[in-house]
Amino acid sequence: MSRAEYEVIIIGAGSVGTPTALFLAQKGFRVLVLDRNPSPGQSSNKRAIGGLRATHSDPAKIRLGLRSLKIFSTWKETYGDDIEWHQGGYCFVAYRAEEERTLKEVLPLQKRHGLKIDWLEAEELRKLLPDLNPRGLRGGTFSPEDGHASPLLAVEAFYRQARKAGADFRFRENVRNLVIENGRVRGVVTGSGRYEAGVVINAAGAWAAEVARLAGMEVPVKPDSHEAAVTEPVQRFFEPMVVDIRPVKGSANYYFYQHATGQIIFCITPSPSIWGFDERETSEFLPMVSRRMIDLMPRLQNIRVRRTWRGLYPMTPDGFPIVGWSREVSGFLLAVGMCGQGFMLGPGVAELLTRLVAGEPGPDDEEILSYLSPYRSFVSEEKLK
Amino acid sequence: MIDNRLYKHPILPVEDKPLFTFYFKDRELKAREGETIASALFANGIRIFSYHHKDGAPQGIFCANGQCAQCLVLADGFPVKSCMELIKPGMKIEPVVGLPELPRVDPSTPLDFKPVEEIEVSVLIIGGGPAGLSAAIELGQRGVDCLLVDDKHRLGGKLVLQTHRFFGSVEAVYAGTRGIDIATRLENELRQYPRVTIWLQSTALAVFSDKKVGILKENKQYALVKPKILLVAAGAREKSLAFPGNDLPGVYGAGAFQTLVNRDLVKPTEKLFIVGGGNVGLIAGYHALQAGIKVVALVEVMPEVGGYKVHKDKLARLGVPILTSHTILSANGKDCVESVTIARVDEKFRPVPGTERTLKCDTVLIAVGLDPVNEFYLKAREFDLPVYAAGDAEEIAEASAAIFSGKIRGLEIARELGVYGDEVPADWYRTADILKSRPGQTYPEYFLEKEEGVFPVIHCLQEIPCDPCSAVCPRKLIEVDRSDVRKLPVYYEEKDGKGCSGCERCVVFCPGLAITLVDYRRNPEFPEVTIPFEFLKEIINPGDEVSLVDVSGQELARSRVTSVKSIKGNDRTILVKVQVPKAVAKKVSGIKLQPEITEVEEKYLGRIPDEAIICRCERVTAGEIRKLIREGIRDISEIKTITRAGMGPCGAKTCTPLVHRLFREEGVPESEIVDQPKRPLFIEVPLGLFAGLERKGVRE
Repeated sequence: MSRAEYEVIIIGAGSVGTPTALFLAQKGFRVLVLDRNPSPGQSSNKRAIGGLRATHSDPAKIRLGLRSLKIFSTWKETYGDDIEWHQGGYCFVAYRAEEERTLKEVLPLQKRHGLKIDWLEAEELRKLLPDLNPRGLRGGTFSPEDGHASPLLAVEAFYRQARKAGADFRFRENVRNLVIENGRVRGVVTGSGRYEAGVVINAAGAWAAEVARLAGMEVPVKPDSHEAAVTEPVQRFFEPMVVDIRPVKGSANYYFYQHATGQIIFCITPSPSIWGFDERETSEFLPMVSRRMIDLMPRLQNIRVRRTWRGLYPMTPDGFPIVGWSREVSGFLLAVGMCGQGFMLGPGVAELLTRLVAGEPGPDDEEILSYLSPYRSFVSEEKLK
Repeated sequence: MIDNRLYKHPILPVEDKPLFTFYFKDRELKAREGETIASALFANGIRIFSYHHKDGAPQGIFCANGQCAQCLVLADGFPVKSCMELIKPGMKIEPVVGLPELPRVDPSTPLDFKPVEEIEVSVLIIGGGPAGLSAAIELGQRGVDCLLVDDKHRLGGKLVLQTHRFFGSVEAVYAGTRGIDIATRLENELRQYPRVTIWLQSTALAVFSDKKVGILKENKQYALVKPKILLVAAGAREKSLAFPGNDLPGVYGAGAFQTLVNRDLVKPTEKLFIVGGGNVGLIAGYHALQAGIKVVALVEVMPEVGGYKVHKDKLARLGVPILTSHTILSANGKDCVESVTIARVDEKFRPVPGTERTLKCDTVLIAVGLDPVNEFYLKAREFDLPVYAAGDAEEIAEASAAIFSGKIRGLEIARELGVYGDEVPADWYRTADILKSRPGQTYPEYFLEKEEGVFPVIHCLQEIPCDPCSAVCPRKLIEVDRSDVRKLPVYYEEKDGKGCSGCERCVVFCPGLAITLVDYRRNPEFPEVTIPFEFLKEIINPGDEVSLVDVSGQELARSRVTSVKSIKGNDRTILVKVQVPKAVAKKVSGIKLQPEITEVEEKYLGRIPDEAIICRCERVTAGEIRKLIREGIRDISEIKTITRAGMGPCGAKTCTPLVHRLFREEGVPESEIVDQPKRPLFIEVPLGLFAGLERKGVRE
């Protein structure tokens, strides 16, 4: 094989790398995706629970989220594959003044950027979620255009379409080194060979810092381990993703929704964070999350839990992703630190990366990139992590 | 009114428990106290319990062991596994049609969250079968605090299903005693030790990375146990087989069958067909006959059965066709099994065209081998929790081997805890190896030349670990090599000037029913032959004409029964005497019970094998998976992503070996296949239990 046949190499066939390969290939680029796993999405993508929202608190993620939502929600009509997309909306609930304030604070900005979102008083909210515990409920936000889909099916669909569009994927490839000549990236060395390309995209998720180091860059991405679970399927009894951002001992927040299959999928954000790569199941998760969920929605006490797992959130100090070109190594592009939102931001980020590689920036890209710059100060704080 | 209960059994006691009313789809039915919901349904002739939410396929019993979720029903509105839940008076059972509705709860009702019980023990034993009980006895004797958990309503594991006398060594493992009785003995011994705590109806759910083990305690409460050492004695699960129609109600495991018949005393079938000639399949066939069920045939794909020859001979003598080099092509029927199609296979196990036959039956037992339930062991290893495995969870073998390996693991653990200072005796390991050994060489039948007096004829021709015959002869005329009980027994005509007295003890005690007694004393031309028989006494009477067969079931003569008797300590084996011409007397080894009953259907009803269901939970077919394998997919996680195979309630316990088999069929080497990770929970558990809420819905 001619090693120079590629123009772009993507490291990581996950939530970001796979749609990026699709859009680049559609644009006519010769793309190779390298992943150490035996098939796509096998690291953090398949551990994502599947929530898709644009209701963030900053213009960059809102825009990327809106594009992603558009792509997910129209996927079936465009490409034909069922990715189990369901437009159930997102609902952030408030039982205390603090959360009510936080949620209401970001509403004007969210609306300004075209998000369909509103504050619902407790009574209205209970019409939407009749099984919600009414005691102490103040209300919550509802964004009906958000939804959820299957990360597994989605990454598989991106993968199939990307290959159809001409992208190559090589699995069980451990990236050992980057080939850098005169400050320009030239290719990638793996355990089984050397692949050349003028552009290399780091989409290595939780392992992004290691890959960046191969280019001599320190990016502040470190994984935080979250635990999740899925239940048996039952008849649909609620629509939106329910998010409770009240911090209590042991957990910052948690969220759950009913998937298209009828199963409830739920996840918790540990507090303090559990840094590192440990993905082994803990005994604390189920007792902790079950109390919170049942307290919020008592009907959930009877649903039977099927499986639990842990996944890694590649976190950045300020909770925003890192997307942009390296200044030190030309041709090295970062799409890392998705902070656990790689699935919901993936297609939007993928389009942005495609525009960057093609040198065809969109009208909002400069603003988006300023929020996500690898060289920003990382001091602000994401409000709706 | 249909009543499929057994009211008489040649071996098992039938207790007269009260009947009460329950409802299935508003039909008023009777249940017997102590029955599971599944057994109560079977007792009333109901085999279709629910309909799969994906395609409406009828669902019924499959594992009867709490492992899969095929037998799901709604009990008073709550989804439950009908094989694990006891039926209660007045209970309303409904089939699950489509997805169940999650029971409603008033959202403003205050909740009473209790802390999750956390306990520390020296040893946690998962599984109260032969291995777990034996280990617990060793530890209990030495005062070690143990917790033994078992998911069933009583201890004994699969021993409680075994009505036959056990093989193995009399010295080491109760050989010659029936499995059900061994269970009682082990339990009685264990209950003497106060530091051993037993939780029944308690299922291990997960081993966590913080070295705690999550337990569903007594089916109603969640508990976390932190042991110093974990012993996994969780037994085995049955392998499945993919063929068209394998998902029909009426196709299930041999273990499920034994549970229904021997534990719950329900006759789930009239006409049984068995796939697999290992000991499990052979013994299940024998159990069926004891329960008055006809066995249409047993097929084994290999040229010889894998189980003990004595088990096979017992079945063959009773009239069950044992078809080696045969396979099942399909189970046929609309909503339930109505027939099977079988064929002979060539040396490469390919069905030979033109040899297909369709046999009428209503049930197909799958007995194609066992896999260790080893996920807890593997997780504990991964998480550095000191762990041992015993019995089938360690290595698939006979229950006698499990008893002994449990004993050894118990002593090893005691040693690790410092309460036993010596080494585990070296000969224990040797005995363990002998008990685990596969059947050895088979020898041709050999007869004494003499035709006078009285003496036993030993029709035991294959090396298996077994020695009760040597222990019961009062004159020690039968010997089995004490250093290796796999050797064939040897009969000495005389010792200390004394020969066989004709006491018949060897005939009664041989677990393989492989000893007869020939007595020439009264009539040298028509000697009397004593034959062991383990069926109801009333089905055989003096004067009955019976068909007498040789060791492989070939008819030798027809003759009238002269007497039927039992001797002291006979333990439910009866002795049948017949008089036969001397030319065949020594060869007679059994009585044919079942006349030729195989009814051949004319029409060949085979379906396309691509239709065979691989993942029963998510209804994924062989064709769907084969297509992906042919596209080049080697990661089972990716197959799961695309098809959902393995995402169902059973946790890929059933489909994983079948997916591997499809890979093999496609010529993919094992080294290229990547397995999906195994994750908790072992079974589905209501969320409320983790929050310390009491289990709702199903009454105590």
